[in-house]
Amino acid sequence: MKVEQISIFIENKSGRLAEITRVLGETGINIRALSLADTSDFGILRLIVNDVEKAKIILKEKGFTVSKTEVIAVEVPDRPGGLSAILQVLDADRINVEYMYAFVERCGENAVIIFRFDETDKAITTLQNNNFNVLEGERLYSM
Amino acid sequence: MFYNEEFETLPRPALEALQFKRLKATIERVYCNVPFYKQSFDKAGISPDNVKCLDDLQGLPFTTKQDMRDSYPYGLFATSLEEIVRIHASSGTTGKPTVVGYTHKDIEIWTELMARSLVAAGAHKGDIIHNAYGYGLFTGGLGAHYGAERLGASVIPISGGNTKRQIMIMQDFGSTVLTCTPSYSLFMAEEAKAEGIDFKNLKLRVGIFGAEPWSEAMRGEIEEKLNLAAIDIYGLSEIMGPGVAIECIEAKKGLHIWEDHFLPEIINPETGQRVANGELGELVITTITKQGIPLIRYRTRDITSITYEQCICGRTHARIARMSGRSDDMLIIRGVNVFPSQIESILVGIEGVEPHYLLIVDRKENLDTLEVQVEVDERLFSDEIKVLQQLSRRIEKEIKEMLGVTCTAKLVEPKTIQRSEGKAKRVIDKRNL
Repeated sequence: MKVEQISIFIENKSGRLAEITRVLGETGINIRALSLADTSDFGILRLIVNDVEKAKIILKEKGFTVSKTEVIAVEVPDRPGGLSAILQVLDADRINVEYMYAFVERCGENAVIIFRFDETDKAITTLQNNNFNVLEGERLYSM
Repeated sequence: MFYNEEFETLPRPALEALQFKRLKATIERVYCNVPFYKQSFDKAGISPDNVKCLDDLQGLPFTTKQDMRDSYPYGLFATSLEEIVRIHASSGTTGKPTVVGYTHKDIEIWTELMARSLVAAGAHKGDIIHNAYGYGLFTGGLGAHYGAERLGASVIPISGGNTKRQIMIMQDFGSTVLTCTPSYSLFMAEEAKAEGIDFKNLKLRVGIFGAEPWSEAMRGEIEEKLNLAAIDIYGLSEIMGPGVAIECIEAKKGLHIWEDHFLPEIINPETGQRVANGELGELVITTITKQGIPLIRYRTRDITSITYEQCICGRTHARIARMSGRSDDMLIIRGVNVFPSQIESILVGIEGVEPHYLLIVDRKENLDTLEVQVEVDERLFSDEIKVLQQLSRRIEKEIKEMLGVTCTAKLVEPKTIQRSEGKAKRVIDKRNL
């Protein structure tokens, strides 16, 4: 039920993001979802891609610091209150969100939220017990 | 004006006779009392009897900072610890400081030399001396303090930091003499300006600045902004502390080194041979009255030149030029000695940190800044911002705790710090001194 995400350390200087996307594009890797967390000195680019291993290898070859993290993808009805319902059940079980980002599925019916929790397994159980659709990694990579 | 006119203006022949007598006694004492010196003299094939005139000093072996570290903590003491009344220390590369001990008489002499220095700088009894040098293991604060008291001036032992309060006190207490690092004086000027305080309305007349390198251009800036006469003072804890040498306010051209207590030599740092008067080289000092730690031909690593020309102030003691650099890689940041290797050992001690680092020293708003760039590799990397920020804070905290220097840690991408085949370029010093 977990999704593999790659994270890349980026110094806060011009052209770094362009370089990463260029490398991925040339290798035929498709970015499914992304988020960029930034501070004044550095940023962390988080990516869900169609080929995690290949992306990791090629970025390492190019000298980037890359790590793999397990995150959870949850389908949320694309309507007011959709996200709130999820966060309420998590909060009730005292599960902390480290970070999250969202994208809308191509067919447009649902949004997908990517979560990083402090307790991943507990979060999955809570979400499933409350009938939320936790997506398989494979489905996300090939979306 | 003199503090001790007789000795400060001693004619050269009498001064040299006194120097020789004291040198001879020092050599005999260290040979008998300090095993390090017995060994180094024996190894060089020299006995105290070989020293028959002042020039014979050239034949004696040098003492280095490394020798002091190797003798940590008390190995170079020439008296028993019972005679020692004060211990100071300065930072060293291995994390172990260089230790110096003072007997009662050493403190007496230091106090007098500091009093002489204050008078040479234009201070006198009745002055209110605002002493913003740090008090503690660092010799600056206490050294200046004792000299000021001896002079009969009123000392404000404010130490460093809390700039707003410093300015308030200078204003309210009517401070007439300021003692601190030159960079801190300019920082005070900026702060005062921001507070709407004009130094022209303060009573400051003289500033005595040292403990870090500065330039003539900086003197001009300080004198203009602080509305005082800026005087260069030199000292190092190994030899004594502040007050080894000072400019006289009459000439402000070279620092008189108190030759009745210290023998200066200028050598070529590569060959160890003396250079001609007026030529740049490394300052080497022999102490001739110290009891706690007498040092023979101590290599200061400071680059300067010397002149024996008569000074208009009437002092007969030689003058050394403003320090123009260091013969090793030591950085002086806000008056604190920092070796890149010290920072390296701290970084390597943090799990996952590679020894690829770069130190960027700069001077912003007149204060020295240190940026430590560290490459983030996979062992350090986290996809959570807070973990990386904690790492930066940890590096900053450990450097502050170990070295006493405030820095900012900057995480950079791997392989972005330039690699070198030979001696790695670890430092970029952007300060324009």
